[in-house]
Amino acid sequence: MERLPSWVRQHLAALRALLVLTLILGVAYPLVVTGVAQTVLDDRADGSLLQKGGKDVGSALIGQNFTDSGGDPVGKYFQSRPSAAGDGYDPLSTGASNLGPEDVLDVLAVPGAKDADGEPDTGRQSLLTRVCARSRAVGELEGVSGARPYCTPDGVGAVLKVFPAVGRPVRAVSANQACPAAPFLAAYQGVRVECARPGEDLSAGRTVPVRGSATAVVPADAVTASGSGLDPHISPAYAELQAPRVARERGLDVAKVKALVRQRTTGRALGFMGEPVVNVLELNLALDRG
Amino acid sequence: MSPTLAGTVFVASLVVAVAAAYRPLGDHMYRVYTGTRHSAVERTIYQLVGVRPDGEQRWSVYARSVLAFSAVSVLFLYGLQRLQDKLLLSLGMPAVPDHVAWNTAVSFVTNTNWQAYSGESTMGHLVQMAGLAVQNFVSAAVGMAVAVALVRGLARRQTEELGNFWVDLVRGSLRVLLPLAFVGAIVLVAGGLVQNLAAPHEVATLTGGTQAITGGPVASQEIIKELGTNGGGFYNANSAHPFENATSWTNWVEIFAILLIPFALPRTFGRMVGDNRQGYAIAAIMATIAVVGVAALTGLELAHHGTVPQAVGASLEGKETRFGVANSATFGAATTLTSTGAVDSFHDSYTALGGMVTMVDMMLGEVAPGGVGSGLYGMLVLAVITVFVAGLMVGRTPEYLGKRIGAREIKLASMYFLVTPVLVLVGTALAMGSAEQRASMLNGGPHGLSEVLYAFTSASNNNGSAFGGLTVDTPWYDVALGLCMAFGRFLPIVFVLALAGSLARQTPVPASAGTLPTHRPQFVGMVVGVTIILVALTFLPALALGPLAEGIQ
Repeated sequence: MERLPSWVRQHLAALRALLVLTLILGVAYPLVVTGVAQTVLDDRADGSLLQKGGKDVGSALIGQNFTDSGGDPVGKYFQSRPSAAGDGYDPLSTGASNLGPEDVLDVLAVPGAKDADGEPDTGRQSLLTRVCARSRAVGELEGVSGARPYCTPDGVGAVLKVFPAVGRPVRAVSANQACPAAPFLAAYQGVRVECARPGEDLSAGRTVPVRGSATAVVPADAVTASGSGLDPHISPAYAELQAPRVARERGLDVAKVKALVRQRTTGRALGFMGEPVVNVLELNLALDRG
Repeated sequence: MSPTLAGTVFVASLVVAVAAAYRPLGDHMYRVYTGTRHSAVERTIYQLVGVRPDGEQRWSVYARSVLAFSAVSVLFLYGLQRLQDKLLLSLGMPAVPDHVAWNTAVSFVTNTNWQAYSGESTMGHLVQMAGLAVQNFVSAAVGMAVAVALVRGLARRQTEELGNFWVDLVRGSLRVLLPLAFVGAIVLVAGGLVQNLAAPHEVATLTGGTQAITGGPVASQEIIKELGTNGGGFYNANSAHPFENATSWTNWVEIFAILLIPFALPRTFGRMVGDNRQGYAIAAIMATIAVVGVAALTGLELAHHGTVPQAVGASLEGKETRFGVANSATFGAATTLTSTGAVDSFHDSYTALGGMVTMVDMMLGEVAPGGVGSGLYGMLVLAVITVFVAGLMVGRTPEYLGKRIGAREIKLASMYFLVTPVLVLVGTALAMGSAEQRASMLNGGPHGLSEVLYAFTSASNNNGSAFGGLTVDTPWYDVALGLCMAFGRFLPIVFVLALAGSLARQTPVPASAGTLPTHRPQFVGMVVGVTIILVALTFLPALALGPLAEGIQ
C-alpha cells in the first residue's frame, strides 16, 4: 500500500469510506426502519390498503378512476379529480400536466392529416381548453351550469387572435373554435370574428383571452389535474355538487348521501394545516357497503 | 378559518419550530464538529477506511479529499445504475441508459437531485436505497464539512490546518443526519408513507379496472431527502405523491425537515467563532430573505393572476387538494430557498410571477437559508463581499471577524460568486440557440424560455426542482445539465476551501473604532441589500424575457 502514489491511496481511501457508509446508511438504516415500521405500523407501511369482500380494491391514499371501460363516469360513484398520471390515476406513471398559466392556444386537428406515427392528427388541447371542457362535462353530468370565465359555451378557451399584433384590428379569429363553429363573440372592436381554419398559422397575431361574464359553479378542483395525478381527495364543495346525482343513481335520500359526505370529510390538521377534503375511494366504499 | 389565515398560521408555526430548534441543534452540531473523542464505531470505520482521525489537513488536502470522495461516488453510482438488472431488488427494471445514469450520478453526488428519470419506472429498490439514498446522506455531510472548514478558517489563527475531511464526513453522517432521519422516518410512516421492499401490487378497482399499488423503502428515503436538502423523489411525482407525503401534517413535517439544519448551522458558526451574536446575524439575514420569499410566493399563488388561474378560480393546476394552494406555495418557497428541489406541487403550472419567485429564490445563490452546509458557506462568502463593499465606501481595509479581506480573499469570493451566473446564462443561451434543444420545451412563448432558464438555474445552483414540462432525458440536456451541476458544486467548494486556508493563516487584527460591526441590524440590512442587488443585476434581463413578459400584460 505504502508504495502506491498518494493520489491513488487517497482514492482507495475514498472508495473504502463510500463502501462502509453504504453498508450503514444504504443497507442497515433502511432495513432497520423497514423492520420497525413493519412491526408497529404494518398497515400504513404496506400502503394503507382498503378491502371490499376480503379483496384489496386500492389504497386509502391513492385515488382511482370511477369510470366504465369507455372512460365515462359511473353515475353511482363520486368522481375523482382529473389526472395527468398515464391514462388517469396510474401509479406507474405519476406526475402533473406541467402546462403553464398562459397555455391558452390549442393546436386544432387538421381533418385527414396524419401525425409523425401515421395516426390521425388529434391536435393539442391547451390547458385553458382542458379546463373549459372539463367544466362543461361536469356541468352536464351534474345538471348545473358548466360555464366559466374565459370559456366559450361549447367548452373551449375563449381566445382571439387579433391582426395586426399592434394597432387597430383589421381581422379577429376565435383561435380555439374550428370552423364551422359559430364564434363565441360576433365582433371585436368593430371587426367580425371568424372561426379558425385548422392548420392556419396564427402566431403573428396578438393573443387576447376574453373573460366574458360567466361565474363558475363547478369547483376549481373538478377542472384541474393534481400534482401527483393520484390525488385521493376532492373538495367538500365538489362532493356536495355530486351528492344529488349519486343519490338519484342509487335510489337513496340526498340527505343521507350528504350526511355520509360530511362523515368522510377531514378538516385541516390541528385546525390550520392543509384544506378540508373528502376521500373519494373511502366514500364510495361506504356507499357500496350501504 | 379562511385559507389565507390558515396559511399564515402554517408559516408562523414553522417559524416558531425552526427557531426553537436553533439553539439545541446548533449546539449539538458544534459539539459534533469540535469534539475530540471518537466513538468505538467511528474508530472501527477509520480503521477500515485507513485514515488517521487525529491528523488534520491543509486546505488543499481537504479539497482533494472532497473531490476524491465525490469522484468515487459518481463512478459507484453510475455503475450501480448500469448494472441494476443484474443485482437484487431490481423489480425487473433494465439497466439505466448511459446518459441518464451519468446525469443522475452527478445529480445525487452534487446534492442537486435533478431527476432526468421517472423513479417508479426506472429505478429498482436497491439503487434507490444503496445508491441514491446514501448520496442523500453523504452529499449533505460533504456540504456541512466544507462549511465547517470555512468556519474553522475564520476562527483559527496562524495555522494551515482546517480539520480532517474524513472525520467531518463520518460525524456529520452518523451523529447529525442519521439520528434525525431515523426518528423522522418513523414519524412519516405513522403519517402513511410506505416502507417495505415489495414490488407493485395489482388490485382490481371498484369499477373493474386495475391499479398497481407501488411499494418501496420510501419513508426512510423521503426524510433524508428533506433533511439533507436533496430533493430527489422516490417517485416521479416527488413529494406530491401520497406515498411520499400522505397528509397535510406530513407536509408540515417535511417543510420543517427542509429548513431545520440550514437554519441551525449559523448557531454552530457563532459558537465556533466564539461570538453567538455573529450566528444570530447570519440567521437573521437568511430569515429576512426567506420570510419575504415565502410571503411573496404564497401571496401571488393565492391571488392567482393569469388567464388559466382566473378561469379556474384558483391556482390549483398541479396542486394536491389535501395541501391546498397556500401550503403548496410554502413548500415551493422552502424547497427553492434551500437547495432542496423536492416539490409537493408543480412549479411549471404556478402563476407566471409565482414561478418567477421560485426562480429568484434559487438565483440568490441558495443562501437563504440554502442547502445543508452550502447555504452557510455561501452566506459567509456574501458577508465577505459585503464588508469589502462597505470598506470601499469608507476607504478602509475591510475585515471580517478580525480577518483582513485582502486581494486574494476578495478574488476567491468573487470567483465563487461568478460561477453560477456564468453556467446559468451561458447554458440557457446555448440551449435557446439550437432548434433541437428548443423543441424540448412543452409550453410556447415566454413560458418556454422560463422552462429552460429554470432548468439551468436549478442545475447550476444544485437545487434540482424543475419546470417539469421541459423534456430533459435527451443526451444533450443530460450532459449539459450534468456539467452545470458538477461545476456549480465543486468550483465553489474549491474556492471556499482556498478562502478558508488563506483566512486560517492570518493573525487576527484587534477591532478598532473603524471596524464595521458584523452582528448589528445595520450589517444584516447591508448583506440583504448586497445579495439582492447582485442577483438583480445579473438575472433581470433574462427574467424580463421569461416570467416577467408572461406575467405582466
